[in-house]
Amino acid sequence: MDIDLSFQAMTMTAKQFSEMSKNFIRETMVTTGAKKAIDKLTAPIWSWGQRNALYPLHFGIACCALEMAASSGARFDAERLGIIYRSSPRQSDVLLVNGWISAKIRPSLKALYEQMPAPKWVIAMGECSISGGPWYDAYNVIQGVDTFLPVDIYIPGCPPRPDALLDGFLKLNRKITAENRGSFLED
Amino acid sequence: MKVIIYDKPDRSEDDVARAIESKFPGAVEVLKTAPRRIFLRVTRESFLDVCTYMKDELSFEHNSCVSPVDYIEHFTVVYHISSWANHIMAEVQVDLPRDDPTVDSITPLWGGADWHEREAFDLMGVVFKGHPDLRRIMLPEEFKFHPLRKDFQVGRRV
Amino acid sequence: MADEMWVNMGPQHPFNHGLWNLRVRLDGETITAAEPIVGYLHRGWEKMVENRTYPQIIPLADRLCYGSSFSWSHLYCLAAERLFDIEIPERAKYIRTACLEIQRIISHLTWLMALGTDLGSYTILIWCLREREVFIDRMVDICGARMTYNYPRIGGVRNDLPPNFARDVIRSLDLFETRLQEIEALTDSNAAFRMRTVNIGNISAEKAINLGLTGPNLRGSGVELDLRRHEPYEVYDDMDFEICTATDGDAWSRYRVRVDEMRESDKIIRQCLDKMPEGPVRVKVPRCPPKGTVGCRVEDPRGESLMYIVSDGTDKPYRLKVRSPNYINLSAAPAMLLGYKISDVPSIMGVLDMCIGETDR
Repeated sequence: MDIDLSFQAMTMTAKQFSEMSKNFIRETMVTTGAKKAIDKLTAPIWSWGQRNALYPLHFGIACCALEMAASSGARFDAERLGIIYRSSPRQSDVLLVNGWISAKIRPSLKALYEQMPAPKWVIAMGECSISGGPWYDAYNVIQGVDTFLPVDIYIPGCPPRPDALLDGFLKLNRKITAENRGSFLED
Repeated sequence: MKVIIYDKPDRSEDDVARAIESKFPGAVEVLKTAPRRIFLRVTRESFLDVCTYMKDELSFEHNSCVSPVDYIEHFTVVYHISSWANHIMAEVQVDLPRDDPTVDSITPLWGGADWHEREAFDLMGVVFKGHPDLRRIMLPEEFKFHPLRKDFQVGRRV
Repeated sequence: MADEMWVNMGPQHPFNHGLWNLRVRLDGETITAAEPIVGYLHRGWEKMVENRTYPQIIPLADRLCYGSSFSWSHLYCLAAERLFDIEIPERAKYIRTACLEIQRIISHLTWLMALGTDLGSYTILIWCLREREVFIDRMVDICGARMTYNYPRIGGVRNDLPPNFARDVIRSLDLFETRLQEIEALTDSNAAFRMRTVNIGNISAEKAINLGLTGPNLRGSGVELDLRRHEPYEVYDDMDFEICTATDGDAWSRYRVRVDEMRESDKIIRQCLDKMPEGPVRVKVPRCPPKGTVGCRVEDPRGESLMYIVSDGTDKPYRLKVRSPNYINLSAAPAMLLGYKISDVPSIMGVLDMCIGETDR
């Protein structure tokens, strides 16, 4: 670090300093090609960790919630795939929307999604959360959760069987593998 | 504590229907009786008196259901009131004018009618006089309409 | 009282199965006021069915309560049959009764599973789910669906029973009887389970009747009342079964009533399979019913459920009102909660058997 830079640092606030140093490191990494190399090396590890410990939020809405419960039972045993339901949105990384969304619950659902730490994914389970399903002309049902949340995986069925739910989680695994998001330097 | 058993009916349907009709001549019309059912039509003014009499004297202990129906010219509120001791369910109809859908609340008599009446107010806009806490229950507070009325058009999207 | 506070338990909370909110006012840890808030799942069922023809409503009635969907679609079909004024074949009645009781066992097992997690016993959840799958398989044999069956029809049932159905059901019931004893051993001899339910959430019989409680919750307060006996429908008047009651009116007695009811359902299913006659399972019905109204009520796993249909002579109902048992049981919840500690809330609300789909409609 040269003299000039350290003199600037003395007049900076802490926030500006961290911003500046971050930019400096990133630029050096990008120009030297080290970022690409580190990304390539760490991405498989990161996505391996992400995809094998998917913690969905324990949030039962309607019919599909019972199939969600059945999938964690002894017969289908979702825990062998690392799917463990957590009761707090702060500890979970998959929002499993399993039912119709009424106008009264939409703000709460949005708040739940925003409370979850990144990286996070949304699975729409069942017809109601995909497109409104049988309630297509109801006055109080939002026609699809993708009107206000980004959905990654759709699991059709009314309600889908627990094996379909597990298949949806495996699809999400493949999606995470394909994304290969490993750059811990980015944020 | 001992178990309360309702095995044999105390009074027959016709007996109960006649008792109500003779107590309130002119105000109560017995539409018909069927096995375990009686069907009454009561005027709005004497409705609470009839209900009090049914509860106190004829052992109608349980309010099953409050169903408002929108016939375009008028509203009809249908009360299903059950007597466990007599094994009878009475279907009491009260006609309300379209421009003033107000009727006495039966929540002081049967606590189970509380949420039924709130729901009827929420979805059909029938006002219950004397209800302790008449607010919307199903829909958000800012909802402007009473959706079960026939003039509410169902929209495709919210 | 200076340290009073309102606590919101919901809509997303580990203890509420379904989507509802319980606001409680606390003085220290004691509950001084409670207010359940529902409506998060309201979708306007009663308005929607005014735009559907009569047969189209059957799958929607399935989705009223997903815990016991057969009893709701059956109630709708029963009410519609009384409106059309038709008599269904004898065999269909027996099939329906057997299915209703299988559904009651499934529903009660779902409730016990949820209660188990509420009270911190994960084993109860796992074991009840395992037993539930056995009975779900029997329903899959009949109609192919796991939860929303769409099996009864106006005028009978959709199809006849598959071959060997009686044998499979008897085997399942034999297995279930021993397994239920194991599950009971897990709960009855469990000191933590007893401490959290005995003498918690008391309600007297008079108050329970006035507040409109029905079903197992009322029978837990010592009122012997069962619509299967008092207003027999289908073939319940030929069946030999007992009405289970418990007299204490606390959470423990409501739990006992439901577990005993599973045994009675077991008896009824065996009798149905024994006495089932041969014959057709469905009759043809006209497209439009006559003008008129009908009110029909049955004993749901949760209590008295009623449907009131107004017909104007067209092929769509003019008005269909549903009386949900759980809606009223939930409105009586503050009476049970007052005076108890906040840590008792999961056990008091857990034994009520919540199903919000039918509550909000």
